[in-house]
Amino acid sequence: MEALAILAVLLALGFGAGRHLESRHYRSIREREAANIHIPVVTFKRLEPGRAVADARLAVGSIVVSADYFKRFLAAFRKIFGGELHSYSSLLDRGRREAILRMRESCRDADVFLNCRFETSSISKGRQDKISCVEVIAYATAVRFADEVRPQAAD
Amino acid sequence: MNEIILTNLETVPGRSIVEHYGLVQGSTIRAKHVGRDLMAGLKNIVGGELKGYTELMMESRRDATGRMLRQAEELGANAVINVRYSTASVTQGAAEILAYGTAVKVE
Repeated sequence: MEALAILAVLLALGFGAGRHLESRHYRSIREREAANIHIPVVTFKRLEPGRAVADARLAVGSIVVSADYFKRFLAAFRKIFGGELHSYSSLLDRGRREAILRMRESCRDADVFLNCRFETSSISKGRQDKISCVEVIAYATAVRFADEVRPQAAD
Repeated sequence: MNEIILTNLETVPGRSIVEHYGLVQGSTIRAKHVGRDLMAGLKNIVGGELKGYTELMMESRRDATGRMLRQAEELGANAVINVRYSTASVTQGAAEILAYGTAVKVE
C-alpha cells in the first residue's frame, strides 16, 4: 500500500513538475531560436565561392537530458505493445534543439555554421542504473566572413 | 605559435593546406561521483537537464580535445581538420569521450 502511495506521488510529481519544466524549456528554446534564426546552420561543407573568410573554428554545444518519472512509466507501458515512444521523442527534440542553441551561442559572431553534426549517446547504461539520460552534442564549423556585407540581413 | 585551428570540414575555409600529418586523437574516461549521482537521481523524477552531467561531459570533452591538440602540436601542425567526437559508455557510470581529427599545416 505504501509502495503504491510512493509510486502515485512520483507519478504525479513527474507529470506535474515535468510538464511544467518542459513547457518552460520549450518557451525558452522558441525565443532563442527566433532571436538567431538569421544565421544559417547547414549540413554541407562547401561555402559559396568567392567569399573571403576571416576565420573558422569549431563550435560545440551539448546537453544531458533525462525523462521524468511519468514519461518513463509511460514508456515502460508502451514497451509491452511496441510502437513509437511519443513521450521520449519530445525529450530528444528538446535536447537536440538546446544543443544547437548552445553551439550557436558559443560563437556569436559567426556568419554561418557549416557541416553541423549530431551525436546522441546514452551515458548511463545498465539495468541497475536508475538514472536514464541521454547526451546530445551538436558541433559545426563556425565561419566568419571578412567582408562587411552579411549573407542575409538581420531584419 | 598561434592557436591551433579546429574545424570539422575537410579544409580550413580561407586557408590552403600545405602538409598532412595524419590522425591525432585524444580521449578521456570519466566517472561521475556520488554527489552528482544523488542530485541527478532527484532531478530524474521531474526530468529535464542534468546540469551536473552536462558539466561533466563538457569538461571531459575539453580534456579530450586538449589531448588531441597536444598531439597535433608535437607534430608541428597548426590546424586539426575533420574533427569528430564520439561518446561511449564503458562501464556503468563511466563514459569515454573521444576526439579525433587530421593534423595539418595551413598557410
